[in-house]
Amino acid sequence: MAEATDPTRANIAHLLRRAGFGASPDEIDQAVRAGYRASVENLLAGLTAPDPDGDAVHLPDLTAARVTLGPPPADPTARQAYQRKRRALENQQFVGLQRWWLDRMIATSTPLREKLTLIWHGHFATAFQKVRTAGLMYRQNQLLRTLGGASFESLTQALAKDAAMMLWLDTETNVAGHPNENFARELMELFTLGIGNYSETDVQEAARAFTGWTLSPTTGEFVLNARRHDSGSKTVLGLTGNLDGTDVVRLITHHPASSRFVVAKLWSHLAYPVPTTDPIVGPLAAGYAQDLDVTSLLRAIFLHPGFTSPTARQGLVKQPIEWVVGLARAFGVDADLKPTGGAAPATAAATGAPARSVLSNVLTQLAQEPFNPPSVGGWPQNTYWLNTATSLIRLQFAASLGPRLDLSWLTAVPANQRPAALSHRLSIDGWGQTTLAALNHVSSQPAALVALAVCAPEYILN
Amino acid sequence: MSSPDPSPTVSRRWFIAGAAGAGVAGATALALSHDAWGRLLTSTPSGPSRTLTAGKGILVMVTLYGGNDGLNTVIPYQDSPYLQGRPTLGYKPEQVLPVGDGLAFHPNLKGMKALWDAKQLAVVRGVGYPNPVLSHFRGMDIWQTASPDTPVATGVLGRWLDATGSDPMRAISVGNTLPRLLAGERSAGTAVSGGSITLPGGNALAPVLASFDAPGPDRTGLAAFVAHSGADLLQVQHTLADLLQSSTSGAGPGTTSTQPPAPGKAGKAAAGKAAPTDLAGGLGVVAELIKAGSPTRVYQVSMGGYDNHAQEKDTHARLMSELDTAVSGFMTSLDDHPAAADVVLMTYSEFGRRVAENLSGGTDHGTAAPLFVVGHAVKGGQFYGAEPSLVDLDNGNLKFTTDFRSVFATMLADVIGVDPKVALNKPFPTLSLI
Repeated sequence: MAEATDPTRANIAHLLRRAGFGASPDEIDQAVRAGYRASVENLLAGLTAPDPDGDAVHLPDLTAARVTLGPPPADPTARQAYQRKRRALENQQFVGLQRWWLDRMIATSTPLREKLTLIWHGHFATAFQKVRTAGLMYRQNQLLRTLGGASFESLTQALAKDAAMMLWLDTETNVAGHPNENFARELMELFTLGIGNYSETDVQEAARAFTGWTLSPTTGEFVLNARRHDSGSKTVLGLTGNLDGTDVVRLITHHPASSRFVVAKLWSHLAYPVPTTDPIVGPLAAGYAQDLDVTSLLRAIFLHPGFTSPTARQGLVKQPIEWVVGLARAFGVDADLKPTGGAAPATAAATGAPARSVLSNVLTQLAQEPFNPPSVGGWPQNTYWLNTATSLIRLQFAASLGPRLDLSWLTAVPANQRPAALSHRLSIDGWGQTTLAALNHVSSQPAALVALAVCAPEYILN
Repeated sequence: MSSPDPSPTVSRRWFIAGAAGAGVAGATALALSHDAWGRLLTSTPSGPSRTLTAGKGILVMVTLYGGNDGLNTVIPYQDSPYLQGRPTLGYKPEQVLPVGDGLAFHPNLKGMKALWDAKQLAVVRGVGYPNPVLSHFRGMDIWQTASPDTPVATGVLGRWLDATGSDPMRAISVGNTLPRLLAGERSAGTAVSGGSITLPGGNALAPVLASFDAPGPDRTGLAAFVAHSGADLLQVQHTLADLLQSSTSGAGPGTTSTQPPAPGKAGKAAAGKAAPTDLAGGLGVVAELIKAGSPTRVYQVSMGGYDNHAQEKDTHARLMSELDTAVSGFMTSLDDHPAAADVVLMTYSEFGRRVAENLSGGTDHGTAAPLFVVGHAVKGGQFYGAEPSLVDLDNGNLKFTTDFRSVFATMLADVIGVDPKVALNKPFPTLSLI
């Protein structure tokens, strides 16, 4: 194919897949005209630029159940009915919130910002399953969206005081005298330093620094309860003093181990998985350590020769969210597989209770629900998404696409050109010979052709 | 579809035959078939056997994610450090189910207690490893890879798969992801979301799937992995279809009767498409597969929710109840079946929890913990390994008394029937519990 032999075009298509969710042929053409470097700058500018298309996606009513339903009644029977109602309302809001973000990822004109929000969501993984309040999950999501490209310290400081995070890792119940270690441990292990770069004593001492951090019962915002705070001397990573949580976050995010950890994490999600000891990490970490600026780090990653290397080109499997959002963008449909063609954004959810979207359903089956990672460790990568169960689910979903999508554009193409038309549409470089032979076999049946194509290794890989 | 095979033994040839016939095979609904399964009709129900059939042992691994609180599972209810350390979480002597040695089961483990009394359930105490890690992720990796000192990519049972062939039916995990436990270098277990597989697309897609998932120059690295999981899916789908055909046609080994399948309650549940979301549902799928004669030697099912840093008491009680119902229900559902004698189930979690509770009414990450081993062939009603001291602690944590690799060595040698060396890099003493 012409596209496959044009290295600049292939590199730009790769950039647009990794720094977003894939682009249309027109968008790729436009980026090719601008050039690789300018395309990187355009993506980075999107981290702070307005996103009218994303903002136009309807946000469901997320008024806290406690506000809508009032305080729980004292009578035990009435209380049970109240709890059922509350749970139903919470679940309904959760489903609406999932639809909102999926539609936002599909519609966005600043794809890198949504992609980075998704990466940080997997990094600072917080789940609705325990938090139970969709409004707080939304607030955290907005925090990731607005601070995601800023300094990693400011992002981590904000998350340490984020209500959803404080409920998720029990910070709000952490009390001097016998502290709860949950947040302190995951902060060091999963958010900033990585295992092996701190001791058990560091965890226990850091937990003391976060005692008394709680949520105001009236505003739901972070508040320090001085009576529950341990103001004694603590030693964390060799620094001794009356440290509080803010001091600990500053200390650990500026630690050399954290630089390598953050660089390896972003490289692993944008290029290919690496350990912190990989030779590629050190030089990038040295640059990042200057000011912990995530935007500069992203620029350095996208402009790094390793980012477009053969290893990187074959180095990532699409996460299920990337797979379904990419498909929706390529076929011009929303989270319910309804055409997004018109100017008006989806507002059906404005009336009545939103149901689970089609994409939410398949993501539940594929074990990657937005706003509900399986644990604080987020989602593993690559082969985690490849097994017999996910193969079957992808195939079933792919086979259901044909009847739901308008494939007249594909039918209009002569059968022997359809595989090429599909690779163009899916913004991939072309098909290998094994795939192409299979696709040619079903090219007279557009629905079967689409089903196979989107399950082919060329599209399953990112 | 190919002609019914009299033996449920699976070989790689099913991949070839299965690929061609996948469309005709279509829907497989194992669950509808087990009542008519031939072996059941011809067997002599003589009560539980006490020995495993050599080469037929079936290991069921139950993974408890989050770090189960061992001290509130098998409870040292008479020890003052337990009661003092747990003013809100501790159970009183009158609440628990004593099993001797000053220990008692959690009040909600009634079914497990009955299995203990029937000598079908054993407790291995103080299970852990040197230099314990208190991270969920590293801790679970250590358990699943059986490599506490150096991180390795392969799971302990994945290495067994690597050493013994390529049939994806040998190890099955119920759920939509595959735990590292079953990931080898060259082979991997199979993830299924239920006891039936329906390939979509009918006649249009089926004939082409085999060539689509075949090896090729464009199938290297991760692309090969994509194709390989597709090929495994075709093989597993076809094996399940074959098991169904054998059973519905009455062609099971030694069968003379041709009884039609009797759709029952269990059948309906397992034939549904959605993956089971709870442990009981997962074990239900395992029971259906065992009864259908699946050539599977290892199953994995899991439940989560054990990371109770705050307000642990009610949550943990609910989890214990769920575990109890699921495990005892699984054993009951196999009771009359001849394969029941070959089944050994074990539970494990990445770590136990701290002796003393925190001020959130929960417990923080700990170390050694007890685990359960259940089965007709298990020398049950007994403890294996010493109870860790509640006073002689390592930084507030229990010191392990039984290396978890001894438990794996026991399962490999005495249940699966292989030299543990294929999966463990050095010898560990086995426990004489089978």
